[in-house]
Amino acid sequence: MKKTPRTTRTARPMAPEKLLAELARRLRLPRRRRRAVNRPAQLRWQDRLIEAIVPHGASVLDLGCGGGELLHRLIEHKHVRGQGVELDPAAVNQCVARDVPVVQADLDEGLRGFADQSFDYVVLEETLQTLHRPVAVLGEMLRVGRRGIVSFPNFGHWRVRLDLAVRGRMPISDRLPYRWHDTPNIHLFTLRDFLDWARQNRVRIVEAHALVDGAHRPLQPQDDLHAEEVLVVVEKQKPPRTAR
Amino acid sequence: MKDATASNPPFRPRSSGKDDPPDSPRSVGYTTAHHITLATEKEPFALEAGATIGPVEVEYETYGNLSAAKDNAVLIVHALSGDAHVAGWDKEARATGRLYRLKHPGWWDTVVGPGKAIDTNRWFVICANVLGSCYGTTGPSSINPATGRPYGMSFPLVTVGDWVRLQARLLDALGIERLHAVTGGSLGGQQALEWALAFPHRVDRVIVLAATPRLSAQGLAFNAVGRHAIMNDPNFRGGDYYGGQQPDVGLAVARMMAHITYLSDESMHEKFGRRLRGKDRPEFSFGVEFEVESYLNYQGRAFVERFDANSYLYITRAMDYYDVAEQWGSGDLVEACRRIESKMMVVSFSSDWLYPPAQCREFAMAMCRAGKTVTYVDVPSRYGHDAFLVETGPVGHLLHNYLHGRRR
Repeated sequence: MKKTPRTTRTARPMAPEKLLAELARRLRLPRRRRRAVNRPAQLRWQDRLIEAIVPHGASVLDLGCGGGELLHRLIEHKHVRGQGVELDPAAVNQCVARDVPVVQADLDEGLRGFADQSFDYVVLEETLQTLHRPVAVLGEMLRVGRRGIVSFPNFGHWRVRLDLAVRGRMPISDRLPYRWHDTPNIHLFTLRDFLDWARQNRVRIVEAHALVDGAHRPLQPQDDLHAEEVLVVVEKQKPPRTAR
Repeated sequence: MKDATASNPPFRPRSSGKDDPPDSPRSVGYTTAHHITLATEKEPFALEAGATIGPVEVEYETYGNLSAAKDNAVLIVHALSGDAHVAGWDKEARATGRLYRLKHPGWWDTVVGPGKAIDTNRWFVICANVLGSCYGTTGPSSINPATGRPYGMSFPLVTVGDWVRLQARLLDALGIERLHAVTGGSLGGQQALEWALAFPHRVDRVIVLAATPRLSAQGLAFNAVGRHAIMNDPNFRGGDYYGGQQPDVGLAVARMMAHITYLSDESMHEKFGRRLRGKDRPEFSFGVEFEVESYLNYQGRAFVERFDANSYLYITRAMDYYDVAEQWGSGDLVEACRRIESKMMVVSFSSDWLYPPAQCREFAMAMCRAGKTVTYVDVPSRYGHDAFLVETGPVGHLLHNYLHGRRR
């Protein structure tokens, strides 16, 4: 019995959906194995920036301070009064080895123990999206600190959007290297989401920076699509002056 | 002389669970206690409660060498039933009748010694027996020069503050102006804390293990029951039992009960469970049936052989009265913390219910509210309050790193 040659399928041009899938595959950055991505050992772009932002001798509370790399630099170079808060035991031990003061505590349980406006800066570096109650912690940040420094991965980046749109799966990238079930990032949000929160809560953006193609620059209007990561300095808006 | 903090060789906690023998390179070897008279009958030591006492003799031990700059001194402060014999093997255990020391090295030998967490190659380690105790420092069992008989309960009440001021006097005598660090656990942790408050400029680093700025109502209650057992022992006779029969039953009961507070439910379950002692079936009697009963009996008996009942009363009383907020902040802990200038590390243990983690953390937060920086670590452990002595791995790492204290 004569068989029909089966070459027809492969010879045909790629179906549009396959083409898009292939495109998405190529766009996708290499999958990384699990590591302490929220606190890599090397210096992060935010660290240098924060070091430039924080004035000499200021007081800094670093929420989710990891091994204390940032505070260590700030204490050494800027002579700040630095205090860390961290939950992970291994990271806490690293802080002790670096001689960085650290309180082992769960941020989700609140910052009750800290007094109002008792720090010049409160830092939430790549931590917000890992919290169970991110908005509550943001509120506490601006109660305890005069200014907050928040950095986060922007889930609105075009590559993330494309990946989700085309593959229909949670994106995995260099900045978000986890699968849906093993990620510490439980509250992902976009730059627009954050700006909405700020507007609704009368929080003023003092300055903002974006990481675009591995380099950082001041935030621009289109950055909801372009920023891989964002760092903002925020403060509470002064209440409007009321007539007596 | 080389700066004592210049190098930080990697630290490995003890691998074997056995005591280091005196000839081990990790042991300080055989030790001999020192004695010093820090107050006399003519110039007595003034106590917080108003009374005075003299003469005051203090027994202390030291290990390692004091640097020429005198900048490497580490003071260790002991807990309720502790003594100055922190590490190594007592050379005079037989001569002084402290036979319990023949079987074991000092109470913190796992942590103190050459190459250990508190490295005696680098630090000059000092520990003194507290006033009112029964290990060579003046206490209720010492002879009152006015009567020629032991003080008994005519011994004045002493406080944690008195102990620390006496330790400062010892340092004066040794020519040490400033300590690199003070550390201790439990009641020792409270003394370490008192150092930071009473002498904020005499100590660089304070490490408080398993201790809080004051004992809880539950802790006060346990101490009260312990003292009740002692004072109602028919042999107690108002504390004037020396030379006759001792209030052994009362003291043993106090110790047995205290021992329960040092363990956790989990560790007791693990260690003893409901196992019967040397039998498969219960005898339906009031003898020792369960393993846990046998263990507590043993602890009680062993304690009676080495401790004085009056000292137990005085030391638990000092523990009761200690209250940082009352003493230094007119009732406000944050206000008290404003005095502190030393770097401070507080370590709690997850299953400790005598000095619970939540209360240790409360103190750390009071430091933050006072505008100070602080390190607070909660070590996960099943061993209850005893963990500060048992968890030598994590505690050793923390001590080693914190003592070194150089930013890297």
